[in-house]
Amino acid sequence: MEKKAQTGLIKFFGSGQNALLIIFGIFIMYPFLASNYFIDIAFFFGIYALLGLSLNIVLGEVGLFDLGHAGFYAIGAYTTAILNTKFGIPILVLLPVSALAAALFAYIVCSPVIHLQGDYLLIVTMGMGEIIRLALINNPFDLTGGPNGVFGIDFPSLPGGIVIDSSIEFYFLIWIIVGLSILGLIRLQNSRVGRAWNYIREDEIAAGASGINVKNYKLLAFVLGAALAGVAGNLYATKLMCVSPESFTFWESCLMFCIVLIGGMGSIPGVIIGAAFISLFPEIFRPFAMYRMLIFGSAMMLMMMFRPGGAWPRKRGGPSFTSLLSRARRNDA
Amino acid sequence: MPEPNNQKNKPIILETRKLTKIFGGLTAVSAFDLAVHEGEISSLIGPNGAGKTTVFNAVTGIYRPEGGQIIFNGEEITGKKPHQIVAKGIARTFQNIRLFSTMTCLENIMAGQHCRASAGVWGSIFRTARQKNEEKRALEIAESRVRQVRLWEIRNDLAKNIAYGSQRMLEIARALASEPTLLVLDEPSSGLNPRETEDLMVFLKDLIRQENVTILLIEHDMNMVMGISDWVTVMDGGQKIAEGTPDEVYNNPRVIEAYLGTDDDDEEEI
Repeated sequence: MEKKAQTGLIKFFGSGQNALLIIFGIFIMYPFLASNYFIDIAFFFGIYALLGLSLNIVLGEVGLFDLGHAGFYAIGAYTTAILNTKFGIPILVLLPVSALAAALFAYIVCSPVIHLQGDYLLIVTMGMGEIIRLALINNPFDLTGGPNGVFGIDFPSLPGGIVIDSSIEFYFLIWIIVGLSILGLIRLQNSRVGRAWNYIREDEIAAGASGINVKNYKLLAFVLGAALAGVAGNLYATKLMCVSPESFTFWESCLMFCIVLIGGMGSIPGVIIGAAFISLFPEIFRPFAMYRMLIFGSAMMLMMMFRPGGAWPRKRGGPSFTSLLSRARRNDA
Repeated sequence: MPEPNNQKNKPIILETRKLTKIFGGLTAVSAFDLAVHEGEISSLIGPNGAGKTTVFNAVTGIYRPEGGQIIFNGEEITGKKPHQIVAKGIARTFQNIRLFSTMTCLENIMAGQHCRASAGVWGSIFRTARQKNEEKRALEIAESRVRQVRLWEIRNDLAKNIAYGSQRMLEIARALASEPTLLVLDEPSSGLNPRETEDLMVFLKDLIRQENVTILLIEHDMNMVMGISDWVTVMDGGQKIAEGTPDEVYNNPRVIEAYLGTDDDDEEEI
């Protein structure tokens, strides 16, 4: 009986690997078949995937309600914009710098409020996101350009004089970064750190009593989440060549929240599905633009009623996307 | 039969001195002294609301006491954080089981090993040799503990889906996985049937014989208290009213009074 179950699993893993290869193939082929317009849509799908992954660390893994994530995104984007336009620092150098700036900001802002529970934290992070946006509008030290934002951001350039300026190049840039982030996050999920986050999400008191430093791991989640959002901000700024406060409204934070909820908390494939839904949905429903929000809202409600765990909830103990990849790695070795 | 004074020979592993905990205007525990001797099973008993769980929460760092000291292995641990106390070697279970419900049994037990490892984000992403060793060790310890509590067959089930009795044992296994020298159990037999309670008693007796561990428990089941304890401390109204071997305590008039009330009490109630 047990043996039968095992061969069944191996078959499943086998087909799972094939499915991954097919998806990978589609991603490579896509930009050569689609028009620039659709490649750009795929770029923004990538941005949302990155934002979803970053919020998933905080909301999905640790269960902390963060409705101000657009703030970290904004910090990343503006760090890139200001340092590039004022000092001419190359974009790809600013990629880690933006991540660090957002992470540092998260550390400073979240340290004093990290002990807050559930909806209290939600209100505080919501306020934080709005304060950042309002600060950007008010043009502090003449840096942020007020409501107009910052213009004239460079394209990223690689050593050897290659400049990433076409849609296809941007498409590959973002999806390589999304891919690397996914690999890193999967490894984190299946490690002491990822488990500690999940313990806190499941039961904070029991986590503390089992030896987990609850406060530090919560802060770590915010810092890493903010760093990844900062990376997304950097790529967004260089793609659009300009940033303005209206790109980082409360609505953006809500969208990120929806991505994680639609996909399934703590589930990486779920987040990708959620990001696809959020970024492709407005395109699909362009003819019914007037009813977009109505359809969107109804979809969310139906989702919460009939699939509260998300489109692709993370499975435990059984086969999952993560065990698929680790299995694939072990097979390689 | 244990001699009444036999435990005076053994070193004290945990001691509370004049421990006091106040909630608002209510003094839940006042100037409470407790001594737990190494290698023994000590019980803390008392009527509901006597302050037993409050003592446990203070010892394990969940509450910060208003007064008094808690000394573990000769070192003061008063006011330390729960995770620091686990690292020092005190592990606990809860009265109302607290498991990580959407995680597997094995993952639950691995939580105990968290404080014995140190890999961070960097090590976890790049899978350094040290991180791999730590993971391997954590998994090995979790697997041996899951066998010990006889949950091997259901090790990959989610904690919320297993039977109540198994959840109790899983929680004990999680505590043991942190390699504690003092195991603190808050009503381990509550909700168990007589058969399961019997198994638990055998398990704890074996544990104390085979491993270098001391057990402190809160218990309501008198059969269990009398059956496995080497030393019993009785609390009422936040204070210690008696201590001794199970037999001494069982016949102590003050204990009987605390549990059953005096004749005067009865008349007043009527």
